[in-house]
Amino acid sequence: MSGHASHAEQSHGSVKSYVIGLILSIVLTIIPFGVVMTGSFATSATVLIIVATAVAQVLVQLILFMHMSTKTDEGWNVTAFVFTVSILVLVIGGSLWIMHNLHLNMMIG
Amino acid sequence: MSTDTLSNHGDHAHEHDHHDTSGTKLFGFWVYLMSDLIIFGSLFATFAVLLKGTADGPTPGEIFELPFVLVETFLLLFSSFTYGMAVLAMNADRASQVKAWLAITFLLGAGFVGMEVYEFQHLIHEGFGPDRSAFLSAFFTLVGTHGLHVTFGLIWILVMLIQVQTKGLTDMTRPRIMCLSLFWHFLDIVWICVFSFVYLMGVL
Repeated sequence: MSGHASHAEQSHGSVKSYVIGLILSIVLTIIPFGVVMTGSFATSATVLIIVATAVAQVLVQLILFMHMSTKTDEGWNVTAFVFTVSILVLVIGGSLWIMHNLHLNMMIG
Repeated sequence: MSTDTLSNHGDHAHEHDHHDTSGTKLFGFWVYLMSDLIIFGSLFATFAVLLKGTADGPTPGEIFELPFVLVETFLLLFSSFTYGMAVLAMNADRASQVKAWLAITFLLGAGFVGMEVYEFQHLIHEGFGPDRSAFLSAFFTLVGTHGLHVTFGLIWILVMLIQVQTKGLTDMTRPRIMCLSLFWHFLDIVWICVFSFVYLMGVL
């Protein structure tokens, strides 16, 4: 039973890991909102900051809140996630690419 | 129900088998969440494609209010944290604490849904409903689908509150609380993408 408890501790986090996740998430939320609301950067730099902080916060929450790890389920949760992300890249990237081309080709006349 | 069969079976089995059963359930739920992510991905792609299709209606910059969205974001983020506290209380076998954290999570989530309903109602009242332009159709579909998910999450939290009250923390209720935990954190992760790519990028 003690082995079970320590395993649960490992895979479900501790108060410390949740507090770290919360603080990191707050910081990674305030940065992009602050940058956009003050408008202190050029548009391209602002887009870069939004994307970077969003990706960082998604990773923080996946690891610290959802406990995605290569150590649990023999890493199958990570495998499923990576597969899903590659499908998402195809769906979102492909849609934008095709529709952008279509838009350009429809501009004739 | 299959859950009953599994937990009855678990009563006779070793602790080790228990863990495997709930681990399989959690992984199955994880795979469901990944398929849900594809749904959101399709809606994000639709939104990105239709973003410029404003049909002489309002542009994103004219209708999005960032301070309002920031408050919504913090409500959902804190609810994600308080759900984490509920899971920790469950691991420590403190049923009353689990109920208290679940109730706080419910209130924060309800606040989020309330704000979103207010925002939608306000936009429709101004004449900027989903029928106004392709951009608004895509916006309402994407953000509305997320809001519906949160609403179902709220119903699930209520059900778990009742089950923890009547059945306590058992082999049946524990995996359900863990699955709901994944679901709730997942919705916060989708919201990160919504506020970044819909609201923040929208007003640029």
